[in-house]
Amino acid sequence: MANREEIMAKVSELIGPFNNKGVELAPGTTFQGDLEWDSLTVMDFVAAVEDEFDIIITMNMQAEIETVGQLADAVAKLMEN
Amino acid sequence: MTDLLSKFDPLIQERENLLATGVKDPFSLVMEEVLSPTVAICNGKETILLGTYNYMGMTFDDDVRQAGLKALEEFGSGTTGSRVLNGTYSLHRDCEEALKEFYDMDHAMVFSTGYQANLGIISTLAGKGDYVILDIDSHASIYDGCAMGNAEIVAFRHNDVEALEKRLKRLPAEAGKLVVLEGVYSMLGDVAPLKEMVRICKENGAMVLVDEAHSMGFIGENGRGVCEEQGVIDDVDFIIGTFSKSVGTVGGFCVSNHPKAEILRLVCRPYVFTASLPPSVMATASTSIRKLMHSGNKRAHLWENSKKLHQGLRDLGFTLGTPEAQSAIIAVIMPDLEKGAMMWQALLAEGLYVNLARPPATPANMTLLRCSLCAEHTSEQVDQILGMFEAAGKAVGAI
Repeated sequence: MANREEIMAKVSELIGPFNNKGVELAPGTTFQGDLEWDSLTVMDFVAAVEDEFDIIITMNMQAEIETVGQLADAVAKLMEN
Repeated sequence: MTDLLSKFDPLIQERENLLATGVKDPFSLVMEEVLSPTVAICNGKETILLGTYNYMGMTFDDDVRQAGLKALEEFGSGTTGSRVLNGTYSLHRDCEEALKEFYDMDHAMVFSTGYQANLGIISTLAGKGDYVILDIDSHASIYDGCAMGNAEIVAFRHNDVEALEKRLKRLPAEAGKLVVLEGVYSMLGDVAPLKEMVRICKENGAMVLVDEAHSMGFIGENGRGVCEEQGVIDDVDFIIGTFSKSVGTVGGFCVSNHPKAEILRLVCRPYVFTASLPPSVMATASTSIRKLMHSGNKRAHLWENSKKLHQGLRDLGFTLGTPEAQSAIIAVIMPDLEKGAMMWQALLAEGLYVNLARPPATPANMTLLRCSLCAEHTSEQVDQILGMFEAAGKAVGAI
């Protein structure tokens, strides 16, 4: 089972190909505000995260996730279940 | 006081910028007269209609109009009531019988619009703890049905069979699952791989709903849609459709062979808490549906028109939404909204109406000039249309 740091590192790695603006990543980095992702990018990225961790992040959950740190927390929680 | 409309300021600004470039407002066109399913008068000018979804041209059918007039005379202008109170006339029942005959299914339920059919059925079927799995490019009415219900929503990449399968396999085996698909996707006019998708849904214990709004009357041996064409209609649990396209009036429906389908009439709020359709609409719909059962020649002509327009636009150098004509929707992809609006206006000046479609309705933030053909377009009209596209495309530098 991956720990929080490992998840954070993996999530940051997955953000890479979509981080066109080269934004420095921190737990507080927001997907919409800082990374400026549109809905299409969000979908591709979510699919990549889902496939990496073999989980489902429902749209209901996605609506609550604004930052990289929140995403890592959500992934960790989903992997516990 | 916070102005609640201030959240729309960016859109107001975008519209003002667009109109400042000199183009007419593409979203406020008025048809002053409608001469036939394919011709109207717009801005005083005779205009060929190529963006109406009136696929089978039933709006001016003599039998359809006569049935509507008779019902208007005999039953009055409206029901003023819900289907479960005073709003079910013999004509509503007869329309549901026509749908059962058309689809060869056990149950049919008529809604006041197609939008309400998706809104009602999806929100009612999938409750708390259930999952709705939908294509990311689904129609607004499907998303709104999800938003209205309490289910968990899972989206997958457009028409991606593998993405659907992976997600289904990750969901709890015992959870209720509804997969929502469309036969034809209305923006690009592409068809879903329903054969594989429906099989995967069944293998993974999911119920399947297919919206066949853009295929009814046209695709499949009996015009029942893409699920008939691909041989999986018997494995589809619910088909949603509309009367506002091939049928040529307004209304929506759900047909099903599920033995408990009738209970939905009592628990589906967008069915219960609204007035039923006017009698004249029911009479025109039933007449049209029964005529569509025997419209093989019109279907063949609509395919000819669609293929001819697709080939012709490709030859002119336009970029299209599909590699070949997959339905009666041919989408021309424009580089941006401004160019799209200029082209739209140039076509209108030539005497051709198409739909200008823009985000958020479109996938991948595309601006589209969406063309939908009609079985009543003559081959000569398609030639004329291609001539207009050539002239307008050259005038605005789109080709």
